[in-house]
Amino acid sequence: MPIIRPAGSVHRPQGGVDQSPLLEHRRLIQRIERRGFLRGTLSLGALTLLTGCDISNEQNLQGVLRTMSRWNDRVQAWLFDPSILAPSYSEADIARPPRFNAFYPIDRVKPVDGESWRLELAGLIGDKRAWTKDALYALPSEAQITRHICVEGWDYIGKWSGVPLKMFLERIGADMTAKYVNFKCPDAYSSSIDMPTALHAQTILATHYDKAPLPDPFGFPMRLKTPLKLGFKQPKWITAMEVTNTYPGGYWEDGGYNWFSGL
Amino acid sequence: MAGHAGMSVKVHPSFVRIAHWINAAAIIIMIGSGWHIYNNHPIFEWLTFPRWATLGGDPEITYKLNKDVGFGNALLWHFAAMWVFFLNGTAALIYGAATGRLRRMWFPISWSGFWGDFINAARFRLSHDDPTIYNAVQRVSYVGVVAAALLVFVSGLAIWKPVQFQFVTAIFWDFQGARLAHFIGMAGIVLFLIVHVALALLVPSTIKAMITGSVRVKAKHDAAMPAAGE
Repeated sequence: MPIIRPAGSVHRPQGGVDQSPLLEHRRLIQRIERRGFLRGTLSLGALTLLTGCDISNEQNLQGVLRTMSRWNDRVQAWLFDPSILAPSYSEADIARPPRFNAFYPIDRVKPVDGESWRLELAGLIGDKRAWTKDALYALPSEAQITRHICVEGWDYIGKWSGVPLKMFLERIGADMTAKYVNFKCPDAYSSSIDMPTALHAQTILATHYDKAPLPDPFGFPMRLKTPLKLGFKQPKWITAMEVTNTYPGGYWEDGGYNWFSGL
Repeated sequence: MAGHAGMSVKVHPSFVRIAHWINAAAIIIMIGSGWHIYNNHPIFEWLTFPRWATLGGDPEITYKLNKDVGFGNALLWHFAAMWVFFLNGTAALIYGAATGRLRRMWFPISWSGFWGDFINAARFRLSHDDPTIYNAVQRVSYVGVVAAALLVFVSGLAIWKPVQFQFVTAIFWDFQGARLAHFIGMAGIVLFLIVHVALALLVPSTIKAMITGSVRVKAKHDAAMPAAGE
């Protein structure tokens, strides 16, 4: 069945909006934005005098806080040393079963059918043919026993195995000079990581937990696993992967969680 | 310059006053947002912080905007204020060390004097005749709160970067050890804040000194402390 896309609003001019007024007054617009930033910074000081009056969602302030978060992304990218490995642990430390987390409780997990599942590829990739579960599971696999750390503060040690993402990106002819790798899931979840982390030796497309295929609540048939990122940066039940230079954001990232969130 | 009744003495140079209030703002933001983050996964089952004392935004509005009840905002606050806390604190410690102000105002600490001052403080009988000289209780609490600040800083690094800075995390055994140390450092700072604010309210001239920089001293005292105002 063909997908019918709306042709765009009839109220918008054909061929896009005329950008020339914006360009002519660029300096003025920048100055206004700077004023907003300064005003937001000043209200930071005022806030502390107003305990019990929480202005976290005030628009100017959100702008300041999110600008700071972009700054934190840059600092973390600078701190990231690709030669550093996350600590490894022993078989005796593995949590069985692992701890579940999603933006809904475990009884609302909709299991993915492995036979009809496909990994769709998009963006700066040479060979965009979709992958079946059997083809993905036949790739060389590497195992790791590492610590999984959630942004909420809990952690556990687990054993995951699967094809290293770097090896997979090479195989599909991805542009490895691109900035981002973006992941989408069937439950409307999404997240994205930076290319240096994607190419790290411990970043894998995990298909197994503790030698058995991933159980349904933990991402069957495939999830991203990297001990270099917080848990929410490692989506489960991945159905689409995109290599891109356009900032992709993510489910929690769009709500204010720090994008880089590197460990 | 000895002995005139009611003369004004410079106590805190402007750098110290500005750094003090910037630090106060950063600390309050760090604690409020930190309590919100803590509540998502409490270290102690019997302890969560009331919503009104935390920073993160009205739950309903925040849920509409961010799909959560303020956790994302709390993270934004915490990771923004940490830079203010770090840069301002570093500048203040460098200033205090370079000018000799820390050594002069906080040391030496007399332990015999501490117990005498402590008992007096507990009875609200602290002498503040000369606000340019800290008593032993003040000295111990100022050195103590700097130690607590260093603990939250180092344990904060261990929580933020347990892979890149894994040698720092190892100091606290593991990730949960670092969280516990971060909590203990916070508790130390909160304890200091309670005593610090209570004593300041009891002797309001100390608050005036931290705002205007000067305070009027009583007679008979030989105010040989112009050096405090470099």
